[in-house]
Amino acid sequence: MSLLQVKDLTVHFHIRRGLGKKSMDTVHAVDDVTFEVVEGETLALVGESGCGKSTAARAVLQLVKPTAGTIRFLDQDLSGLSAGQRRKAMRDAQVVFQDPYSSLDPRLTVHDLVAEPLKAQARMSARELEARVLALLEMVGLGTQHLWRRPHEFSGGQCQRIAIARALALEPKLVVLDEPTSALDVSVQARILVLLDDLQRRLSLTYLFIAHDLAVVESMAHALAVMYLGRIVEQGPAAEIFRAPRHPYTVALLRSSPSPDPEERGTMKVLEGDVPSAVRPPAGCRFHPRCPFRMDVCVAECPQPHAVGERLVACHLPDDFDTSTTGSKVLL
Amino acid sequence: MDELLTVRGLKLQFRSMRGVVKALDGVDISVHDREILGLVGESGCGKTITGLAILGLLQKPQAEITGGEISYRGQDLLAKSDKEMQDLRGREISMVFQDPLASLNPVFQVGHQIEDVVRIHKGVSKRESRDTTLAALAEVGLPATDETMKRYPHQFSGGMRQRVCMAMALACGSPLLIADEPTTALDVTIQAQILNLLLRLREELGVAQVIITHNVGVAAQTCDRIAVMYAGSVVEEGPVVEVLSRPRHPYTIALYECLPHGHTASELRTIPGTVPDLISPPTGCRFHPRCKHVLDVCPTTKPQPAQVADRHWVSCFWATGQDGAASGHEAAP
Repeated sequence: MSLLQVKDLTVHFHIRRGLGKKSMDTVHAVDDVTFEVVEGETLALVGESGCGKSTAARAVLQLVKPTAGTIRFLDQDLSGLSAGQRRKAMRDAQVVFQDPYSSLDPRLTVHDLVAEPLKAQARMSARELEARVLALLEMVGLGTQHLWRRPHEFSGGQCQRIAIARALALEPKLVVLDEPTSALDVSVQARILVLLDDLQRRLSLTYLFIAHDLAVVESMAHALAVMYLGRIVEQGPAAEIFRAPRHPYTVALLRSSPSPDPEERGTMKVLEGDVPSAVRPPAGCRFHPRCPFRMDVCVAECPQPHAVGERLVACHLPDDFDTSTTGSKVLL
Repeated sequence: MDELLTVRGLKLQFRSMRGVVKALDGVDISVHDREILGLVGESGCGKTITGLAILGLLQKPQAEITGGEISYRGQDLLAKSDKEMQDLRGREISMVFQDPLASLNPVFQVGHQIEDVVRIHKGVSKRESRDTTLAALAEVGLPATDETMKRYPHQFSGGMRQRVCMAMALACGSPLLIADEPTTALDVTIQAQILNLLLRLREELGVAQVIITHNVGVAAQTCDRIAVMYAGSVVEEGPVVEVLSRPRHPYTIALYECLPHGHTASELRTIPGTVPDLISPPTGCRFHPRCKHVLDVCPTTKPQPAQVADRHWVSCFWATGQDGAASGHEAAP
């Protein structure tokens, strides 16, 4: 059963062309994005900076107003709700951000940080509150000795645990994880990933996982949606996409990620060119300026997502086309 | 292959409000001609400090080198004056940093900034420095035009900015480049471009490199040899394929098992405990409080590098056998 359905989500931002100028530009942050998150599973939105993955997640959390499209969460259309109803609905959707030092108020103690959402949303007696705060801290691997300390006294990994405890305080169904381990060292990252995986099983949580590190995504995601410049280019079961990526961009993304396995030395591929500006995205397929298999139709027409097996691919190339040759080999 | 750079037993400490931070505790690395060495470790392990110490870029008197030696082509770098080091930097050894936006001057055109370096180090005419700059831009894959020269750092994308930094580092033809997390601030497709450029610079210009990185994948795909650092020491060093396919030091093994590459989260292993505070680091082997193979000798004696395979050195009593450590003393170069 799907917990969250996002249909044709579009988010445009308007920015001034320059200092003191009246004319405006439009940033096409997210365009016609459609995805579903199945209850108890993890959907990962991946892509490089500026591809719109965080903006899409923020729209789901109602932190930015969508320009168009619908978001259904727990069988409710969020756009039709009043402010009060929305606040109630969003209890079930919480978030953990990338940098815990900036997402946690430095003046609050761990106790207050974790108790804050409970005070705001749940009616609890003081005793219940204390018990709940302790239970939450225990759940993320912290203890009584940490209760009265402030964020600066903790390492990055511990702060991220506090942020997770805070996000879980209201027993949400959906947790948006926006690059939860990108600011952490690998050994700390491993512990947070293990914790998140364990919590998902124990509390049957659903994750919307935003990340750029494909190895992290591979370890966490059931389903995967790859974004490029505001659009989803390929989505489907994660294992299948990792095994045999179809869209040339997905291939390039997977092959340009350096593998730590010495046996895969020399398999890295390079895709030339830069990501174009989202203010003036290329016409047609947004990937066409960098695509080695570009055809005339790619420049003229934006490819619509179509089903290939269990996944959706937005590409004009025939389904049996071999895209595995995307990118050139590195010199080694 | 000749040895270009040798660092032996480098010890370095910082004075801080809280006390003396023993940041480096015996770092041994060497770089040969045309070789790429990866310096790998987590935050705070001393990999960047090692790079800065080689170039004499650490601020005295807060940073103090208390032991060891750094030699470059037989010259003792620690004995050189500030003036001599300045001559050497950029001409013999160059460095590029993680954040190219912070290492370029935002108010000067990039052409001007590169030309400056060339004029200072080579003492050539304006015309010549311009030609050298254009050649350097072409080498790093930027359009060698006036238009590129006249742009300001903010007018480039992150990947192009890193190319500008590399053009600046290589404009004077330095045979050794120290790249400190050169791709950490970049997206993965751009990272691949920059790594490929580093490999091409070695191939075409013979530039030897020290790539400082926390990303084991980056080291695995670009380096010839790697040195793994933990809490201020090199714990394991050797040919990259050998070290990564047969890691011997418990830290290298644990670090490798932490990588999510190809594993589900439930299969991931973790390292217990946290990185030590280097004001009061653990005695003996600095990894012993977190090590699952700890022996009686580990808390009291610091293990010396011992050879376990061809050119593969490990500083660990467990990995080399108790006696191995003793023979390591003799075998150490």
